[in-house]
Amino acid sequence: MQEYTLADAYEVSARDYATAGDASAAIKRKLKQLGVDSAVLRRIAVSSYEAELNMIIHSLGGTLSMTMTPSEIRLLSADIGPGIPDIEQALQEGFSTAGEEARNLGFGAGMGLPNMKRNADEFNIQSEVGKGTQIRMLFHL
Amino acid sequence: MTITEVIKILDARVLCGNDALTQEVSTACGSDLMSDVLAFVKGKTVLITGLTNIHVIRTAGMLDIHCIVFARGKVPGDDVLREADEIGIVALTTRHTTFTTCGLLYTAGIRGNNDRAQPD
Repeated sequence: MQEYTLADAYEVSARDYATAGDASAAIKRKLKQLGVDSAVLRRIAVSSYEAELNMIIHSLGGTLSMTMTPSEIRLLSADIGPGIPDIEQALQEGFSTAGEEARNLGFGAGMGLPNMKRNADEFNIQSEVGKGTQIRMLFHL
Repeated sequence: MTITEVIKILDARVLCGNDALTQEVSTACGSDLMSDVLAFVKGKTVLITGLTNIHVIRTAGMLDIHCIVFARGKVPGDDVLREADEIGIVALTTRHTTFTTCGLLYTAGIRGNNDRAQPD
């Protein structure tokens, strides 16, 4: 079994725009201290921030977790609902169900999921309406 | 060019980050849509925006954007500038509109971020 060098989890609350970005900033800070290459770090930071924002904008709350081994970093965004009815549609650039509050802040343009997919070396999303959404992303070091 | 030259071109005022004005800038992005900034910006870039909320700073922080120009004379609140200062972002304000700000920098040789946020 592979030995993890770092594992962290951050709670993300629904509609809590005031703290949006705190979890991703903490993850970025830690990985920077550990000397992760800046180009990889930026991809991780962007993906993490998009996932965190998505949970704040759309979900009922969830957890953003990061695990790091010497060879890879994994991000897991897991929320408690409401779930995505049509994942294919949600993955299309420009499709968004975000409300006015998110849009007024400069978000909710339907770029989040495609941007995570583009930045991660591996991207997987699973969702069940009424249960929740899990997004798994892997970044090679 | 350096941020000092950007200040001169835009007749801008420094809001925070006075000690980091010798940093180089070569590209810029003009947008009020942070979703687009997150999807298209890479590397050391100047962000030109009319938005002044805290999420502009946090978005810039995620992308290592080291200079933000607030157009049309806008000045964010103290809490926003404090966070910018803490993470080492130079914040400027210029009386020019976003369009004119972009045009002035383009004329001076600054180019856009044509690539998406992909690895270098």
